[in-house]
Amino acid sequence: MSWQPIADIAAGVASGELRAVDLVEQALGAIADKAEYQAIIATTAERARERAAAIDAAVKNGQQPGRLAGVPFIAKDNFLAFGAETTAASNILKGFNAPYQATAIERLEAEGAICVAKANLDAFAHGGSTENSDFFTTKNPHDTTRVPGGSSGGSAAAVALELAPFALGSDTGGSIRQPASFCGVVGYKPTYGLVSRSGVVAMASSTDTIGALARTVDDAALVMDVMAGKDELDGTTIQRDPASYADLSGASLQGKKIGIIKEYMGEGLDPGVRTCVQVAVEKLRQAGAELIDVSLPSLPLSLAVYYIVCPAEVSSNLSRYDGQRYGYSYPDAATLEESYMQSRGRGFGKEAKRRIIIGTYVLSSGYYDAYYTKAQTVRTKIINEFTAVYKDVDFLLGPTAPTPAFKIGENAADPLQMYLCDIMTVAPSLAGIPGIVLPAGDVDGLPVGLQLMAPQGRDRALLELAKATEEVL
Amino acid sequence: MAQLTREDVLKLARLARLDLTDEEVEEFAAELSDVLRFFEQLQKVDVTGLQPTAQVSGLQNVMRADEVKDYGVSPEDLLHGAPQTQDGHIKVRRMIV
Repeated sequence: MSWQPIADIAAGVASGELRAVDLVEQALGAIADKAEYQAIIATTAERARERAAAIDAAVKNGQQPGRLAGVPFIAKDNFLAFGAETTAASNILKGFNAPYQATAIERLEAEGAICVAKANLDAFAHGGSTENSDFFTTKNPHDTTRVPGGSSGGSAAAVALELAPFALGSDTGGSIRQPASFCGVVGYKPTYGLVSRSGVVAMASSTDTIGALARTVDDAALVMDVMAGKDELDGTTIQRDPASYADLSGASLQGKKIGIIKEYMGEGLDPGVRTCVQVAVEKLRQAGAELIDVSLPSLPLSLAVYYIVCPAEVSSNLSRYDGQRYGYSYPDAATLEESYMQSRGRGFGKEAKRRIIIGTYVLSSGYYDAYYTKAQTVRTKIINEFTAVYKDVDFLLGPTAPTPAFKIGENAADPLQMYLCDIMTVAPSLAGIPGIVLPAGDVDGLPVGLQLMAPQGRDRALLELAKATEEVL
Repeated sequence: MAQLTREDVLKLARLARLDLTDEEVEEFAAELSDVLRFFEQLQKVDVTGLQPTAQVSGLQNVMRADEVKDYGVSPEDLLHGAPQTQDGHIKVRRMIV
């Protein structure tokens, strides 16, 4: 059974026409029916049922249950949430029960939304396929021999399978956008700092963002509207644009200037993906948008920059997993030193270890300037090119990934090949600009997502553009 | 310096307090040498006059009042996940042998 638009579900619950308890059972039923896709690590069934009953009771008592009343959702398992363990799909956090919840989840719950399950991911969000999950690989809903993308692959698959009307993801270098593309759903990565990162397992703090995966732009926008804004628990949160994202009616493409990123349309792009983007461009033109080719010549460098900056920050953030305060602890260590070495050595999966080693290398004395400082300086060059191009256009457009979903195992043996899949999503992350992915056709039944981008802080404008684009695609 | 040896990897693992199996050491030495070669493309990029970017929020020195606030989380909740506790503290193994 398909879900109504999120605003309609909430209105139905508020009016008493729908019951939150039924919506939760619908979600839990769908999760059980679609278990073979392995999108979900654990449900929060007991707590979800209690919350649903409380919301229904509040409605009966004439109380206002909130803008997301009774709407079930699924959180990527790197969000701290009550009702189940928070593992980030890692063995080192197996058994960890969060003592507090992520601000994003608190804000959704305050509006009546109900978390029903935790979704699979690449452990600690390191990857683009969920194959780096320490538990299992999620299957693509459109072809079970293929990956769902990642790292928010469980969240994207969950939305495509309609396990819930929306899911939460995190995006550090493409982890919402690329799985949205591979699974054929909408994925929103906001401006850096728009949504609090408090209570989300840290990956690379200078590019980590929190966003939504949903079936429509309206649904994603409503969820973003509830989550966005300053949070005293995250000093990097920014003042949000004051206009609500919840009502995007009247959005138009007329006169919008959109740049097609030349560097993303070059060699290495799958011909089927290229065709999907070209068809979308033609439709936008017919709807009155002005599309021009633009060049950001340093974009091809963004992957090397990202894979220095990201592991550096990862190695620093993962130092907190020391086997002493929470998470896996090796029981037979004689000394504190041995306890650190063994707890981390046995608790972390291979990709986390790989990134810790790379990060430690680029931050170590003698190599710090050659790698880390150089990468941060080239990052400035990339940011300056975005700033310059946004003087000529309002928005940017391109594919999301070079190919549709790849086969499970296809890139698993070669980490560098796996990193290359992020080529079209890391530059916006380094620049902190918002991006949204919309379904824009398919290649032999495999979905292809169109990526739209805006300058920093122009989240509402980007959501409007996406809404108008969705209508013509 | 784009070729990592076994000894390099072991030294890094030691710095990161990360025990690696022999197999992982071999594998990482080869893989990470590839990754470092990939990074070489940055060395020739002209960055004259540019400063490094550490963060992109546009914010500076975000301050808050230094006040105790009750977030409804007890010390017991926070200690719940620790493998060993004693008298409301986290207990660790001896540091000096």
